[in-house]
Amino acid sequence: MEASLAHTPSAETERLVSVSGLTRQFPVGRSLFRRATSFIHAVDDVSFQLSRGDSLGLVGESGCGKTTVGKLLVKLIEPTSGHITYRLPGLDVGEGTENVPVESADISGGQLRAFRRQVQMIFQDPYESMNPRRTIYDTIAEPLAVQGMGTVLDRVDMVSEILMLVGLTPPATFLFRHPHELSGGQRQRVAIARALVVEPSFVVADEPTSMLDVSSRTGIMNLMQQLAHGLGIAYLYVTHDLAVARYMCHRIAVMYLGKIVELGETEELLRNPLHPYTRALLSAVPVPDPGHRREPPNIVGDLTAPIDPPARCRFYDRCPLATHHCRDNPHPAFEEKAPDHWVACYEV
Amino acid sequence: MTNPQSAPVLKVVDLSLRYLTRGGAVKAVQDVSFELAEGQALGLVGESGCGKTSVANCLMRLLPDNAQLVAGQVLIDGQDILSLTEDKIREYRWQQIAMVFQAAMNALDPVYKVGQQVVEAIEAHGVEATVSLARERVARLFRMVGLDPALMDRYPHEFSGGMRQRAVIAMALACDPRVIIADEPTTALDVIVQDRILRELKGIQQQLHMAVIYISHDIAVIAEVTDRIGVMYAGRLVEYGATEDVFRAPLHPYTAALMGSFPSIAGEKRVLANLSGEPPNLIDPPPGCPFHPRCIHATEVCRQEIPPRVQRGSQWADCWHPLEESAVPESVEAGEV
Ligand SMILES: Nc1ncnc2c1ncn2[C@@H]1O[C@H](COP(=O)(O)OP(=O)(O)OP(=O)(O)O)[C@@H](O)[C@H]1O
Ligand SMILES: Nc1ncnc2c1ncn2[C@@H]1O[C@H](COP(=O)(O)OP(=O)(O)OP(=O)(O)O)[C@@H](O)[C@H]1O
Ligand code: SF4
Ligand code: SF4
Ligand SMILES: [Mg+2]
Ligand SMILES: [Mg+2]
Repeated sequence: MEASLAHTPSAETERLVSVSGLTRQFPVGRSLFRRATSFIHAVDDVSFQLSRGDSLGLVGESGCGKTTVGKLLVKLIEPTSGHITYRLPGLDVGEGTENVPVESADISGGQLRAFRRQVQMIFQDPYESMNPRRTIYDTIAEPLAVQGMGTVLDRVDMVSEILMLVGLTPPATFLFRHPHELSGGQRQRVAIARALVVEPSFVVADEPTSMLDVSSRTGIMNLMQQLAHGLGIAYLYVTHDLAVARYMCHRIAVMYLGKIVELGETEELLRNPLHPYTRALLSAVPVPDPGHRREPPNIVGDLTAPIDPPARCRFYDRCPLATHHCRDNPHPAFEEKAPDHWVACYEV
Repeated sequence: MTNPQSAPVLKVVDLSLRYLTRGGAVKAVQDVSFELAEGQALGLVGESGCGKTSVANCLMRLLPDNAQLVAGQVLIDGQDILSLTEDKIREYRWQQIAMVFQAAMNALDPVYKVGQQVVEAIEAHGVEATVSLARERVARLFRMVGLDPALMDRYPHEFSGGMRQRAVIAMALACDPRVIIADEPTTALDVIVQDRILRELKGIQQQLHMAVIYISHDIAVIAEVTDRIGVMYAGRLVEYGATEDVFRAPLHPYTAALMGSFPSIAGEKRVLANLSGEPPNLIDPPPGCPFHPRCIHATEVCRQEIPPRVQRGSQWADCWHPLEESAVPESVEAGEV
């Protein structure tokens, strides 16, 4: 797949992250005495771009590779192959190179510290990113200390300010609490505060509301949007819930077993889904309106894992439109089938 | 599918339940009353901790040691199961009323074959005379929930999440219950699997003319599979009625706020209302209307006196200032947090 200038309305210099041919495999069945002979193709030849202030929803069923894409983007893990390039403040390598994109694989040393400030990840379970013995202040001030931002005295103000921004007010009543003294929604607010306090350019949010109750969920979604908009932050929002992706994102990418099968502007994708998997997924989403009638999703079989998948369309076994051509040819190329609307399917 | 004339198979009257804890008594269910006819599906919705599972546990009479039934009746075909002896309740449970538990997918015993676990449930209740008849029955149940009967002799770890959930539903159906309670039956599943399981449950419900109670935090699921909805808040049923009527024009401000806070893939994209604040502590719930600290319509009387019940068509709600029929769903300024 070519690393083309896909679906990006804004100018080249506005581009923050470019992903091309991104691939990550995990060995299966490996043991001390056995080399792995099989691999899970968790992320397979994925390409997309994000511009400043942009938001992309990554949706798909459990195990399709959403979290792996997120972890690759924040360099928690490294790709098996493919490229991620960033154009971020502080990553330049000297005068006049501010707008030169930097390869993820080449980021190291002082650049890595700048990277760790500019790119943040928020996890599904806020407990994972919080030490239960440390106070809220410690949790949020830590990245400031690592980045050398502000003096020790400044940091109390900085933390208080971000606590107000995420709606934990008055800050003084939260600063010295521990995680177990907060509700789930409040903990997720702390996780957001910790991610945003260093003023990043790009945030990966991995199902940040899926463990929350309705009331806190809406609050967190509105907060994320408002802050990202106000601070000009671009984000990748990982979710299995299409209604949430619609609410949160300008564009949506649909993943199936390691592949992005469709990507488009949110309302266009929902109105005019082109890939048979997107159609099935959309028609399976319940609608909170008793008058609404839904057709059963047109899809056969069950979800599998992409272990050593055959070199044909990844959706072939479950596709209602599959033909001999699909069976005998490699996975279809990701092509622009309508303006800014990309699909990987022979039959579209 | 629904015959409003038929006598209720299930009648819950003034049910109240508490849990005794060191911090005090948790008033998990307060004065809950409703009826359900054969073939009807009721959805119970509300935020986490509002008492949905507690109501279900009362109906099953499966209560933890620290639970205390304060008052009320649960009548199945006129028989109050709360007054039955432990021995008698065993005959009722699973045969009259059965339950698919929250997180049931993990409830299968990993060391027994899945089919065997269902066979045992049938034998325990003497529903079939012989093991081979019981096995035949399990094969039928498997087919009914969309599982290949060949899977009966497999172990739970060989099943996917969706298959396990189907097996648990088959187990709940094992003794032909008249009422089934499904507590978050699809919450852990992907939408395509969820869609299949909900369609199957609905088909079975219509075929067997069962009454079903769905418990879910997802109002979209409830909108699709139920014909009655009950909205719970702080242990109380605060609104009840035909699902279509309640969705079209909720009477209770809490119902409206809850519905306004769910995104949808259909219709115009709209700003979601923040249901600000948190549900009250059930040890010491606020006086008057329990929703008053979070209600944008609250007045002095709401803070002091329990609201009266107002009726409109199929619906009722407990509220001092019920919403007008024309009232648009709660909407909050964009992005207010
Ligand atoms: N560290 C790992 N080792 C081995 N396999 C892994 C590892 N991480 C992920 N996988 C596998 O890669 C695939 C993609 O996993 P990933 O967590 O990215 O999916 P996901 O889309 O985030 O799923 P979910 O919605 O369940 O969170 C899965 O088959 C998973 O089992
Ligand atoms: N055994 C128990 N002892 C003490 N309190 C309990 C016990 N079981 C439940 N509770 C409390 O009773 C209230 C109602 O709980 P219940 O499980 O019925 O809520 P729910 O509506 O089913 O919530 P969820 O959506 O999270 O499943 C909650 O405040 C809960 O903390
Ligand atoms: S390429 Fe063929 S098998 Fe794949 S999604 Fe399109 S029609 Fe289906
Ligand atoms: S009784 Fe008052 S506080 Fe309670 S829901 Fe009605 S208006 Fe709001
Ligand atoms: Mg994930
Ligand atoms: Mg529950």
